[in-house]
Amino acid sequence: MTEPAPASPAPIEALKDDVPQAPPRSQWRDVWDQFTKHKGAMFGGGFLLFITLAVLIGPFIWTVDPQDIDIRNKDMRPIYTAIWNSDADVSWAKPLGSDQLGRDNLAQMIAGGQASMAVGWAAMILSLVIGAGIGVIAGFFKKLDGPLMRLTDLFLSLPILPLLLVAVTLFRQPLRANFGPEGGMFILIVTVIAITSWMPTARIVRGDVLAIKEREFVLAARSIGTRPGKIIRRHLLPNVLSPIMVSAALGLATAIITESSLSFLGVGFPSDFPTWGKMLADAVQRMEHFPERVMLPGIAISLTVLSVNYLGDGLRDALDPRIRGR
Amino acid sequence: MLTYATRRLILSIPTLLFISFVIFMLLQLAPGDPMAQVPLTVPPEVKQKMREALGLGEPPLVQYWKWLVQVLWLEPQVMIDWLTNDTFLFGWLPDTNLYNGELRVISWQTRSPVMDIILQRIPQTLMVVGIAYIVAILIALPIGIYSAYRQYSVFDQAGTFVTMIGFSIPPFFTGPLLIVIFSVQMGWLPSIYDTTHVVNDWESFKVQLQQMIMPVMVLALQITAQLSRYMRASMLDNLNQDYVRTARAKGLSEKIVVLVHVLRNSMIPVVTVIALGLPAIFGGAIITENVFKVNGIGQLLITALFANDLPMVMTLTFIFAVLIVLFNLIADVLYGLLDPRIRYD
Repeated sequence: MTEPAPASPAPIEALKDDVPQAPPRSQWRDVWDQFTKHKGAMFGGGFLLFITLAVLIGPFIWTVDPQDIDIRNKDMRPIYTAIWNSDADVSWAKPLGSDQLGRDNLAQMIAGGQASMAVGWAAMILSLVIGAGIGVIAGFFKKLDGPLMRLTDLFLSLPILPLLLVAVTLFRQPLRANFGPEGGMFILIVTVIAITSWMPTARIVRGDVLAIKEREFVLAARSIGTRPGKIIRRHLLPNVLSPIMVSAALGLATAIITESSLSFLGVGFPSDFPTWGKMLADAVQRMEHFPERVMLPGIAISLTVLSVNYLGDGLRDALDPRIRGR
Repeated sequence: MLTYATRRLILSIPTLLFISFVIFMLLQLAPGDPMAQVPLTVPPEVKQKMREALGLGEPPLVQYWKWLVQVLWLEPQVMIDWLTNDTFLFGWLPDTNLYNGELRVISWQTRSPVMDIILQRIPQTLMVVGIAYIVAILIALPIGIYSAYRQYSVFDQAGTFVTMIGFSIPPFFTGPLLIVIFSVQMGWLPSIYDTTHVVNDWESFKVQLQQMIMPVMVLALQITAQLSRYMRASMLDNLNQDYVRTARAKGLSEKIVVLVHVLRNSMIPVVTVIALGLPAIFGGAIITENVFKVNGIGQLLITALFANDLPMVMTLTFIFAVLIVLFNLIADVLYGLLDPRIRYD
């Protein structure tokens, strides 16, 4: 060392910062920052928001009744076909064309989207409630762990799609009689999807609860006499929130696809009640002449599910503290 | 390991019995009547006799017991007889005559034994779904390996995007989409799978190949998406392990490190995932078979369901359940065999 040492005592200087250098950050702020870094998740969230708003607000802007049969204007092509085919039967009154009964495709897409999204959300929430409930109970109460997990294994070894079909065909009549054709089908499809899709959530939640249950803060809560119900609500549920949210996103995607598959196979909603899967199934017969009637609902389903999947991917990254730090 | 496998095998018997019981009781609630198609001129008492001839007069528990005996005791006998009498594989064995004409499970649609129809349909399903599975494995594994090795590269990003698409686009959309493009616009491939087509020379083989491309690709896209994700995740877990650094430090070539050391360890979970997916091959792909009009098992199930053919639905669902339970067991045992760190006992 040839240079003279600096005059001011450096080590003591370093110890002097009694004010925090950065303002404190909350956990959810961190999660949000990580989430916005994931481009796919931002796109997915944005598109999901767009679709949801479109099917909610759409009927007020495009006020055509989707059931309105306008047989004189049947089999119209979408407006964009005029670009390459000037003879095509198009009209601004029906921007996406009309079907073989002259029903407006745009209005049907909006109504179908409403049905698909409603079924998706309802089935996802119901399956989360069942899955998280069973998972928490199995993880927290040692006595119930064995039976509940055997039950989960049993459900996992059921052939899902055949059983879905069986259940829908069996219970269609009584539920329709009680709740009307649309209401009965809605209840039936939502319940059936939820009952057959809660198992992964239950397993993940149980695993996490088993680990968290042994931590000190739960012991502390128990030692001051907190009741099990309160421990579950105050200490366990907030800590298993992130796996639940991730499986919520995946569950929404599965529910939308399952509903569309059922409609496609012809066991879904009644024929005059449009959903995306139903529109696609009806259009397959005539897709040589009117390919757009297959494409539009198909693209709508695929993009919605794709965006939900990306959203789930982003959520998983954002909620995982090991990835978030980087 | 043997005791574990035996225990699981024994435990799976009550599980399967319970599942079959639940499905049977569920089907008892079905509103349909097998005599619905019989002309109205047939008097009701004759119809009642026909119903009883189908075994419908008995209480549900007796029906369930009879079904159980037919499926688990009589059908294996028929199967063994057929194997030793008519097949090439076991034809050299002495002919057995275990089955002597008891009533088998009869389909309400065709009034012929359910198992015979299922055996007719299985080759079609195996052909399409089985080949799709093999194609998917052959595509998925290299994609998974390479995208893990070059994590966050352009290839990896593109692979992630393609798998996301494979997850998100349902088969009832990719099917019609491919039909519109390749059958309607281009006219290259037939849109309907002809199961009566016989392959006996090069020309007919080409036709068979052409009609198989689309259904196989639709199915393979889905399976590839899933498998390549697993492969990538499993490779990523292993690439950062200490033994990989050791192997590199020893001076092994990168090819050997990745394709021998890392790949062998990463295959353990992937092999079990592949085993778990195998029941789907026999279960058939209900939607894809429906789109391309392949008359396999999945199509059989859905037509039986619409025609209210309860014995057929019951037997098919039970076979699916058996396969799922069996392959779950195989996957668990395989995991234990392949990974010496896993000890079940």
